[in-house]
Amino acid sequence: MTRIDDKPRRKGDGTGRPDAVTVRGLVKHYGETKALDGVDLDVREGTVRGVLGPNGAGKTTLVRILSTLLVPDAGRATVAGFDVVRQPRRLRRVIGLTGQYASVDEKLSGRENLYLIGRLLDLSRRDARTRADELLERFSLTDAAKRPASTYSGGMRRRLDLAASMIGSPTVLFLDEPTTGLDPRTRNEVWNEVERMVGDGVTVLLTTQYMEEAEQLANELTVIDRGKVIANGGIEELKAKVGGRTLRIRPADPLELRPTAAALDEFGLTGPGGSTVDAATGTVLVPILSDEQLTAVVGGLTARGITLAGLSTELPSLDEVFLSLTGHRATGSAGPGDPDDPDGPRDTPAGRSYEEAAV
Amino acid sequence: MSAAVIESPAASGTDDAPRIGLRAHLRHISALARRNVLWIRQDPESMFDVVLMPIVFTLLFVFVFGGAIAGQGNQDEYVNYVVPGLMAMMGMNIAMGVGTGFNQDFQTGVMDRFRSLPISRASVLIAKIAVEIGRLLLATAILLSVGFLLGLSVSNVPGLLAAIGLALVFGSSIMWIFLTMGVVMKNAQAIQGMGFLVLMPLQFGSSIFSPPSTMPGWLRTFTDYNPLSSLADAARGLMNGGQPVAHDIMITLVWSVVITVAMAPVAIHKYRTKT
Repeated sequence: MTRIDDKPRRKGDGTGRPDAVTVRGLVKHYGETKALDGVDLDVREGTVRGVLGPNGAGKTTLVRILSTLLVPDAGRATVAGFDVVRQPRRLRRVIGLTGQYASVDEKLSGRENLYLIGRLLDLSRRDARTRADELLERFSLTDAAKRPASTYSGGMRRRLDLAASMIGSPTVLFLDEPTTGLDPRTRNEVWNEVERMVGDGVTVLLTTQYMEEAEQLANELTVIDRGKVIANGGIEELKAKVGGRTLRIRPADPLELRPTAAALDEFGLTGPGGSTVDAATGTVLVPILSDEQLTAVVGGLTARGITLAGLSTELPSLDEVFLSLTGHRATGSAGPGDPDDPDGPRDTPAGRSYEEAAV
Repeated sequence: MSAAVIESPAASGTDDAPRIGLRAHLRHISALARRNVLWIRQDPESMFDVVLMPIVFTLLFVFVFGGAIAGQGNQDEYVNYVVPGLMAMMGMNIAMGVGTGFNQDFQTGVMDRFRSLPISRASVLIAKIAVEIGRLLLATAILLSVGFLLGLSVSNVPGLLAAIGLALVFGSSIMWIFLTMGVVMKNAQAIQGMGFLVLMPLQFGSSIFSPPSTMPGWLRTFTDYNPLSSLADAARGLMNGGQPVAHDIMITLVWSVVITVAMAPVAIHKYRTKT
């Protein structure tokens, strides 16, 4: 295990925030498969911990144990101070869960879905109704409140799902791949909602396959693979660890694609892998480690008289993160019949960040 | 990892929240039952089985088999024979629907949400059974209406009510079997396939449709021990008198209790530990 931050975070570490989630030596087997193989992690109150990993890494198993849907084989975990095995009823009262599949009743309207959860959380009829309307308003679902959830778009369904998780005003929220399968625009919608909830002081544990999502939402990141934590720390630390960003350069004239790549190699700025020409998109890819390098690349190309039509930096994909942390590709650990992954690998492309910069 | 982290103060507590009180249970069950009732408004086709099954089966049996079984022109007599039998059958068929419907809930994430809420996990199952008993009651009312139209005569009204009650008790015990299948089996089709395999021999190898007196000896042994025969015979006796019913009522109740006591904990356990 690669430990990036040298101090384990806990009460009295200077932040003054107690841990909302603590996980120690958590183990869960499905027959021969070790879904979790001794996982440790903490989430400090009011922060977002991203758990990054490929399909089958054990992310869903972790969330299911923390939300009392599964009992671990060994180890212990507490959420808001309550033990997942010994105090499940107290624990359930303070958590919210949004699963990988939108867990709303499709045959009920948005309002009825929220009212039902309110009643199950022991709100009075009137309070359940008021709370449902509040949350519909907040998640911009008021207009669709009376329509059955089956008529909702993917993004609306996720929003309803998030609203349902918020009925009981949880202190800890578990989001299991909240944007898997959503288009980029809808993904942004969901991110905005999650950021608002975090702004309200909710502690979030979020699983994701996308480095971009982790960067967007999480304060700290735990990378897991095959049931084990392989890296732990702040986003920036982790990014430094895996070797920074990739610069994508689009010359104005497609014929200048190869001269551009050649010039970059000449500059010696391209890092160990060298530059790559991506003819399909008419771009050249260069791994860079610092902003100084970025500036040098742009300066060098300008000096050569190469006009640029586009320039963007990309975060490393999950695959690249894994490659540099473990030496094997992320997809290698997701096998058919994996208990964590009933549907097999998804065909959604790895999340990539395009920070288009005007040049 | 240091000892200081492991011994976080809150984690050492062992006291879970107090057990959920009866009133809270009833509130949870009624909220969940309400959900299933709202489904009907959204999806009226889900009531087809309850509304059409009693009509179609009654017409089919009375007019197609009635003459052959009771003798030509004796369909009226057969109505009095088969309607109490169909009451017994209906419970089984509706119970099968419980399993398939419940299974579909697991395919969506709704069950995960319910199971992560501070409610008793049994209340989800009990709510489902409560709604299905309501549907069974409606099916029985339709069956009796069709029966009366076709000349059903009931000499003993309290007996009729007792027969309905007995059919509901037995039907709800069967629901626990199908709930268990709904939790355990992979998909709704599997439950339906399996259900038919079990239900058809049980229903036809009984006194529901025809008196077992013409059946070969080995089959008669089976029908004699088939709880559906006891239920059908008890219902007939209760509605029309003329035959002692105490023994059949007792057999039916014993079966109902045994099935419920055996299967309800299994269903709840499987539901609780479903991964």
